[in-house]
Amino acid sequence: MIPAPFEYERAESIDHAIELLGGADDAKILAGGHSLLPLMKTRLAQPSLLVDIARIGDLSYIREDSDVIAIGALTRHHDVANSELLQQAAPIVADTAQKVGDPQVRHMGTIGGSIAHADPAGDMGTVMLALGAEFVVRGAGGAVRTVAAADFFKGLFHADLAQNEVLAEIRVPKTTGGWSYIKFHRRAIDWAMVGVAAVQRNGSASVALTNMGETPLRAAGVEEALAGGADPATASARADEGTAPPSDAFASAEYRKEVSKVLVRRALEEALG
Amino acid sequence: MTNVSVTVNGQSREADVEPRTLLVYFLRENLGLTGTNVGCDTSTCGSCTVLLDGESVKSCTLLAAQAEGHEVTTIEAMADGDTMHPIQDAFHRNHGLQCGYCTPGMVMAAASYLQENPSPTEEEVREALEGNLCRCTGYQNIVTSILDAAGSMSGAKA
Amino acid sequence: MATTEKYVGQPVLRKEDPELLTGRGRYTDDLSVTGMLWMSVVRSPFAHARIKGVDVSKALEVPGVVAAFAGSDFEWAGPLLMAWPVTDDLKNAPHMPLTTDKARYQGDGVAVVLAESRGAAMDGAEVVDVDYDPLPAVTDVEVATEHGAPIVHDDFGTNESYTWSLTNGKVDEVFANAPVVVRERYRIQRQVPNAIEPRAILVEPNAASGHFTMWSSTQIPHVLRTAMALATGIPESKLRIVAPRVGGGFGSKLQVYPEEALALAVAKKLGRPIKWVETRSENYVATHHGRDQLQEMEIAADEDGKILGYRANILANMGAYLRIIAPGTPVLGGFLYCGAYMGEAYHVSITGVYTNTTPVDAYRGAGRPESTQAIERAMDALARRVGKDVVEIRRMNFMPPFTEATQSIGGLMIDSGNYPATLDAALEMFDLEQMRKEQQARRDAKDVRQIGIGFSTYLENCGWGPSKVIGNVLQYAGGGWEAATVRCHPTGKVVVITGATPHGQGGETVYAQVAADELGLKVEDVEVLFGDTDISPNGWDTYGSRGAAVGTPAIAQAAARVREKARKIAAHELEVPENEVEWKDGAFRLRGAPDVARTIPETAFAAWRAHNLPSGVEPGLEGSAFFDPENLVFPFGAHICAVEVDTETGKVDVLKYVAVDDIGTVLNPMLAEGQVIGGVVQGIAEALYEEAVYDDEGNLVSSTMTTYAIPGAPDVPSIDVGMPTSTPSTTNELGIKGVGETGTIASPPAVLNAVVDALTPLGVTQIDRPATPETVWRAIRDARNGTGGAA
Repeated sequence: MIPAPFEYERAESIDHAIELLGGADDAKILAGGHSLLPLMKTRLAQPSLLVDIARIGDLSYIREDSDVIAIGALTRHHDVANSELLQQAAPIVADTAQKVGDPQVRHMGTIGGSIAHADPAGDMGTVMLALGAEFVVRGAGGAVRTVAAADFFKGLFHADLAQNEVLAEIRVPKTTGGWSYIKFHRRAIDWAMVGVAAVQRNGSASVALTNMGETPLRAAGVEEALAGGADPATASARADEGTAPPSDAFASAEYRKEVSKVLVRRALEEALG
Repeated sequence: MTNVSVTVNGQSREADVEPRTLLVYFLRENLGLTGTNVGCDTSTCGSCTVLLDGESVKSCTLLAAQAEGHEVTTIEAMADGDTMHPIQDAFHRNHGLQCGYCTPGMVMAAASYLQENPSPTEEEVREALEGNLCRCTGYQNIVTSILDAAGSMSGAKA
Repeated sequence: MATTEKYVGQPVLRKEDPELLTGRGRYTDDLSVTGMLWMSVVRSPFAHARIKGVDVSKALEVPGVVAAFAGSDFEWAGPLLMAWPVTDDLKNAPHMPLTTDKARYQGDGVAVVLAESRGAAMDGAEVVDVDYDPLPAVTDVEVATEHGAPIVHDDFGTNESYTWSLTNGKVDEVFANAPVVVRERYRIQRQVPNAIEPRAILVEPNAASGHFTMWSSTQIPHVLRTAMALATGIPESKLRIVAPRVGGGFGSKLQVYPEEALALAVAKKLGRPIKWVETRSENYVATHHGRDQLQEMEIAADEDGKILGYRANILANMGAYLRIIAPGTPVLGGFLYCGAYMGEAYHVSITGVYTNTTPVDAYRGAGRPESTQAIERAMDALARRVGKDVVEIRRMNFMPPFTEATQSIGGLMIDSGNYPATLDAALEMFDLEQMRKEQQARRDAKDVRQIGIGFSTYLENCGWGPSKVIGNVLQYAGGGWEAATVRCHPTGKVVVITGATPHGQGGETVYAQVAADELGLKVEDVEVLFGDTDISPNGWDTYGSRGAAVGTPAIAQAAARVREKARKIAAHELEVPENEVEWKDGAFRLRGAPDVARTIPETAFAAWRAHNLPSGVEPGLEGSAFFDPENLVFPFGAHICAVEVDTETGKVDVLKYVAVDDIGTVLNPMLAEGQVIGGVVQGIAEALYEEAVYDDEGNLVSSTMTTYAIPGAPDVPSIDVGMPTSTPSTTNELGIKGVGETGTIASPPAVLNAVVDALTPLGVTQIDRPATPETVWRAIRDARNGTGGAA
């Protein structure tokens, strides 16, 4: 299919991108395009202006910054997955990047693009939530703000990004403890039917869920039970507390709730085992 | 219209296109390179796989404008004259294709993957093909072909 | 050059590969004609709606749009061809290329837009204004037969189109008196065929001569030409249809589509070439679907499990219109609800039902996967009931081996069969004992991941088909013979021209193998032409596993005629009587002096020059033949599958799969195995992954490749294939049975039986299709709660 017609502009810098985004109320940022273009081809999205930020040179990097790994928003999933630094210092991020999409998608799609898209079925947002990552957002007039992952995901496909803001950097804390990301899906190529990220952080376990509501969710009940000394099998029974998963072509909400308990237990056993 | 200048199969190619022109239609309709096929509209089937700077991408999910200044390689450039690329040759010898429609995408995906991992296992090859659907072969002979090609390509280098 | 090499039975590499591997094969979308317009079809978003008006004026304002038409702008010579009225009282609503009164399914075409570019045609189609009055829709085949259901075709007052039935023996008596009756109910979910090449059409009109050339991604250029003549009024003599490279069909391109008639009609109206390429989203609603049945399957048996009778009542969803062979598709399985087993009584009743859904028609296996899954799953139910092993229950009920045509209780005259032999071979390959041990160990350990083993010992009928039978017995409107011409060029190269239309199966290669063997030639000296109605003889194309079983004998016969004539020329040149030359090692040789010989190329050259031909022999060396088989062919086999089921999540993985098929003479083992493997994987997809789901309003929910789960390479196993030829077919001299559909026919019940077997200790005796994680999880939960599983 062919997208509806639009104007196309190429940004030379973040500031230039922010300026260009002011050109139309419905302007959209194009990074790898792997979230946006499929929607445009089926005409579910019809922005009048695309601002291509892929050529902004200084947004693709993975570097150590004391106890944090800083990842440029334009870093491709493929590079995240294959980063030796991430494999050592935040292995759940590298591992999850390898589970996103397929090789072709990972060669084009960017970590910033998929996080900013705020799809509750996306894997990386869940991992960011479990890790307590932070996002650096840049706006007009040189404004820079840092948003915690816990505050970033506002709703279905809705991130804490103004129309003229750009997600510039992802900051993930180094993880030294156990971890697990289980992506449960029917086919290898599918989005997660349910996903579970479990990470040992500062002596406690942090658990987050994919596709169990309108945003990535913390499994607060599970975390509370664990903090209270429950074992994974007992704690995981609370996995569906506060969730509102979708019913769709792949599974019902009821099934997602039940299977999330199994997956949380398995993720905890792997992360804490 | 947007001017697009891309190196395709080693040649610099240029055209004025509508911004909405997808790379796959730029290749097929502006450049006449019809070997790259379109099988879906959801970036699922992988029939349109080409190499962008040597790595596999789905050319139906890329604007031609996004390829500006990059190098694109399509199925038409894989053979050296009448000599097929080892991957193509392995598909031929192992009956790795039936209707042939997904085949260029499979070959390009394999070419990209074997650069990353020159001696994969069967399971790794299957994983590497997760972005390419085939309805005829059941994948088995495609996987065999790629393992065979990996063997002959590493043998050739040694 | 004579060659003594024999090609039949050898894994000859495919002739079609080099162009397909290098991107030089030409599919329809690869073709363009100067001045062509792009067509886009405006489709109803509603499953059922009265159309109060169609206004195309806004589309005409879109840049690049040249014309737009509603259904009322066309006058058709006739409806789209429906060729299989299976009963005399079948209710068929004429299907016009665009609907004018009501939209009857989501995707029903209401208007077309023509534009200078692909994108502009879509832009125009988006703004065509159609005034719909939505109506309640019915999508479920059972609901559609209930009183008060929405009626798809108002004039009929019912959604039931026909009921076809077949009875052998005293069915009621047998069932009334049988000690054991097993009664099962199965829902065969709807499938979307998903050939990876979407459909595409290009029409070039010649305004001066009134000729039209249409390239179409079709399995049936010959049938289509006749159908297009009937719909558009363009005579067949002025209509050329070409199927270039076709990217898979699986039955979905065995069809006469509205867009084909529309492209011709618009080309005629505007005098310009027209191109239409289906998008994948469009494919999901506009290309026909497959399966979709509700089955009630009963077996009557004695206490030991010896079968006495079979009774099946089938509701078959036809969708909104009857397409080319739709009513007959379930009937193709109507003789097979007894599988390869014996019995005294047999009854099948099939009711075709209209619904507000995409029309349903042939999909790989067409009717036989449905019947096979019914009997093979019911066999497991019978085994459970009488406490017999699933292998034993099959063995004790098999028809005994036979080499001459034998009548089954289902009413088929079967060419040959040896059902225990394929089961034995499959068991040997599978190592059942080891797998049962592993299964028991997991059961004993109460492992979360349980193992199940499933069997399917199938029989099918294919090789469409004997014209007299399909016409007189089955009431099919067309024939089923095949045609071929073998033409020898003066330099020794040979062209085989077939009326079959291969589209990925490897027909070019096996046809060349057969012709090369018949004529003592190298396979590379034989070219195969097909798929162009101006070039190929007027055959019946490729579907129903007929390419090898019906297409090949026609070629062999045509080649035999060439040889008959060549013998006369050879004897004349050698100056001996004909009976003194014999065909040996690829040449005509003088008896007693084999070095004195004439090859086919030599006689072809002599026939071309015609300087010295025997009296009464015409110049040129060419032979044609029409082959009309007397009967169908009947492949069979045994498939065994092991699955691992995660009993907490319901996810199923296939661990091991063995397929042993007897397809008679194997022309090319590499290609035949390729057909089996591809078919089995498509069947695994049917058992575990794929389902076309409609919501209550008639919206297709699984309408893209992201929501309709075609499995990928990581999701499916490798298949171990065995292919003994123990029983050549007696239907054709070459002994060929079909192979194109055996895999999809055999595999779904093997997989589903394995899933049930894995869960038997948990009390599960029934599983719905497809066995998705949620479906399996529910079956386990219901069995635990005692609320299900007792079907």
